[in-house]
Amino acid sequence: MFSDTDLLKFVFGRLTLEAIPYHEPILVATFVAVAVGGIGLVGLITYYRFWGTLWRDWLTSVDHKKIGIMYVILALVMLLRGFADAIMMRLQQAMAFGGSEGYLPPHHYDQVFTAHGVIMIFFMAMPFVTGLMNFVVPLQIGARDVSFPFLNNFSFWMTTAGAIIIMLSLFVGEFARTGWLAYPPLSGADYSPGVGVDYYIWGLQVAGIGTTLSGINLIATIVKMRAPGMTMMKMPVFTWTSLCTNVLIVATFPVLTATLALLTLDRYAGTNFFTNDLGGNPMMYVNLIWIWGHPEVYILILPAFGIFSEVVATFCGKRLFGYASMVYATVVITILSYIVWLHHFFTMGSGASVNAFFGITTMIISIPTGAKMFNWLFTMYRGRIRYEVPMLWTVGFMVTFVIGGMTGVLLAVPPADFVLHNSLFLIAHFHNVIIGGVVFGLMAGVVYWFPKAFGFRLDPFWGKISFWFWLTGFYFAFMPLYVLGLMGVTRRVSQFEDPSLQIWFVIAAFGAFLIALGILSMLIQLVVSFIKREELRDTTGDPWDARTLEWSTSSPPPDYNFAFTPVVHDQDSWWDMKKRGHSRPVGGFKPIHMPRNTGTGVILGAISVVFAFGMVWYMWWLAGLAFLAMVVIAIGHTFNYDRDFYIPANVITQTEGKRTELLASEV
Amino acid sequence: MTELHTDYMQEGKAPTFYLEEEHHPEGSTMLGFWLYLMSDCLIFAVLFATHAVLGRNYAAGPSPADLFDLPLVAVNTSMLLFSSITYGFAMLQVERYEKKATLFWMAVTALFGIAFVSLELYEFAHMIHEGAGPQRSAFLSSFFTLVGTHGLHVTSGIIWMFVLMAQVAKHGLIPENKRRLMCLSMFWHFLDVVWIGVFSFVYLMGVLG
Repeated sequence: MFSDTDLLKFVFGRLTLEAIPYHEPILVATFVAVAVGGIGLVGLITYYRFWGTLWRDWLTSVDHKKIGIMYVILALVMLLRGFADAIMMRLQQAMAFGGSEGYLPPHHYDQVFTAHGVIMIFFMAMPFVTGLMNFVVPLQIGARDVSFPFLNNFSFWMTTAGAIIIMLSLFVGEFARTGWLAYPPLSGADYSPGVGVDYYIWGLQVAGIGTTLSGINLIATIVKMRAPGMTMMKMPVFTWTSLCTNVLIVATFPVLTATLALLTLDRYAGTNFFTNDLGGNPMMYVNLIWIWGHPEVYILILPAFGIFSEVVATFCGKRLFGYASMVYATVVITILSYIVWLHHFFTMGSGASVNAFFGITTMIISIPTGAKMFNWLFTMYRGRIRYEVPMLWTVGFMVTFVIGGMTGVLLAVPPADFVLHNSLFLIAHFHNVIIGGVVFGLMAGVVYWFPKAFGFRLDPFWGKISFWFWLTGFYFAFMPLYVLGLMGVTRRVSQFEDPSLQIWFVIAAFGAFLIALGILSMLIQLVVSFIKREELRDTTGDPWDARTLEWSTSSPPPDYNFAFTPVVHDQDSWWDMKKRGHSRPVGGFKPIHMPRNTGTGVILGAISVVFAFGMVWYMWWLAGLAFLAMVVIAIGHTFNYDRDFYIPANVITQTEGKRTELLASEV
Repeated sequence: MTELHTDYMQEGKAPTFYLEEEHHPEGSTMLGFWLYLMSDCLIFAVLFATHAVLGRNYAAGPSPADLFDLPLVAVNTSMLLFSSITYGFAMLQVERYEKKATLFWMAVTALFGIAFVSLELYEFAHMIHEGAGPQRSAFLSSFFTLVGTHGLHVTSGIIWMFVLMAQVAKHGLIPENKRRLMCLSMFWHFLDVVWIGVFSFVYLMGVLG
């Protein structure tokens, strides 16, 4: 029979008490803060008897609007975590000079920069983008929901489960020390025997399922569910960029899944895909992961381009300049993004011809991107520009992104890249395009669509404060890194010898502090806006005098989005309706067919966390049971045929009647 | 003059901005399932590409010519091809609303599928027994992963087949079930196509060396 240690090993795998980092004061303090916050939240929910509502109306909801909002909340929470990592790194690098080791030991510092990258890309930017697409796209195309509402809920919970798995590594065990793409052989079993890389793998695999499925869902939605009259060339630009982004998601995330699966086999089953012996080839991994990784950055930036297009047209009171060229530029970027991946490792040594090919394709991408930039400028030209907060973010983006784009073209020149590869110049470049492009775009999108989601605008004063802190903070934080990179400082270093470098790191840390104030102002903005919500109330449903269909319904929209499906005649369809005097139907409503909520998604998400935990810690019985449970529940779900219901006509009459009164009181 | 401008110029003719009737967009399930299959196809593409790069790295171990028993693989291939034909028969019966015949052909398909997976497992066990397991060389790692991933897909297809048989038995050939049968049909034939790739590129070309 089992001896005691055998039994312990069977039950707990490689999980021991030492895995709990109670001897690391930073982590203990974080844990206490998270625990207190968590208990406080649970207390509040209990006190306000919110559990029932939370479960019925949110966690189990298949409504694309609620799922979109939950995605954005997840993204904001993870933004705080990822930013905490960022400011820790900035502080460490500003301190660790002249023999000082700073306050983060290397093994901790390495986890911090890995977690920062992983969290910001996979669990901040991705859910943020997916959330906005989820919320906006069905409204923009005049649909009542996405094509597969249950799948949408399931996708969200898989993404959240991935985030929870990554967060668990903070308090149980450790995270990967490999950098955000976990290159082997460093990430292989020989050099990373701990659980860090396994947390990384399972977190991303679980979230990746959600991302791929939500990509499929949104493509099907855009292709099949558009309102009558909305031909492809009458789709709003944000919907176009969402379509292209989701095509990229479906065309690349399976590559990530397969690549990580091969790394998993190397680590768990002892195969030799990426090892240094028995015929393995680590550069295979680097190629495969960047075949996913390069399109990934366009997955993030394209929806941001879409947001800027909507914002510019709305706040300049003009039709977007060059709609068709905007669409073609988006499509060209989508295609080109797939044939540039090798520029991430020109130094691999694949030879001049290969490097020249990928250098040239990379530079070509700047052409459609430049065309977009000119389209936005020409839209602004002779427009009546209103400098509301979304427009500020857009202008900030246009200046900042051009700088980032130009340093990108510099990096695309292979000989230059041999000098700048893995230097802080690269770090400055991609933060320049991701913060200046993606983050600014998401911020603009949040401010722009917030009144649609919640029925009141965000406080513009705090919004402007947040914008200016972010903008100046960005320049302070990353311009010094360009300088350092040109001087040859490489990335992922926790201590420095040369004291003349320190001043640049101190300036960068100051920039990070300004960005911290920007994030704080954004949180204050949320609170202030909630307090002043009556004052900021949007009764019209169209607070910005905007142009696309989402503004034709009430704010927040009813569950069914549109009482009658709109008919589209023009690319700016809501503008067209306003200009040609549409009359909102006030009667003759018919029952509306809607999908029913279900708890299957959240349950499957929760069990997948258990499954991943079992796999990470080699608790095979737990992983096996969890996997079996998922299969059984998923199959059980297919035996439920009663998945929809009708909202009765009188309920719709009531809801729409209230809106009629509200609109009448406005005039 | 675009359609849009003429539309504006038709003064006096009030355009329709709302649909009076309920809007029924056509179903998206087939498109969605196609997209899923294409995403799955990419997973296989990665595994094929990996095999193309690593498939000759024998690490002084056995090569395909030493290992592969082509007659056995040919029998195995025919199992899968027959199963595709019998699933086609099942779909023909669906069109005729013959529930019992549908179930019969689905059962036959599942049996062929089980035969395929069993032969594959036998082949794997035999290779591992001879010391040619997935850890032996990069070639064997990629071989086992590519063929095994396909086998896992067939296994899920078989489980799906049984689940769907229960659902058809219970509810009959209602539209929901017809849709599901169509999806499984696409899935099953897709696996057949992938297998033809495996048979040609991994087995035949492997043995050719």
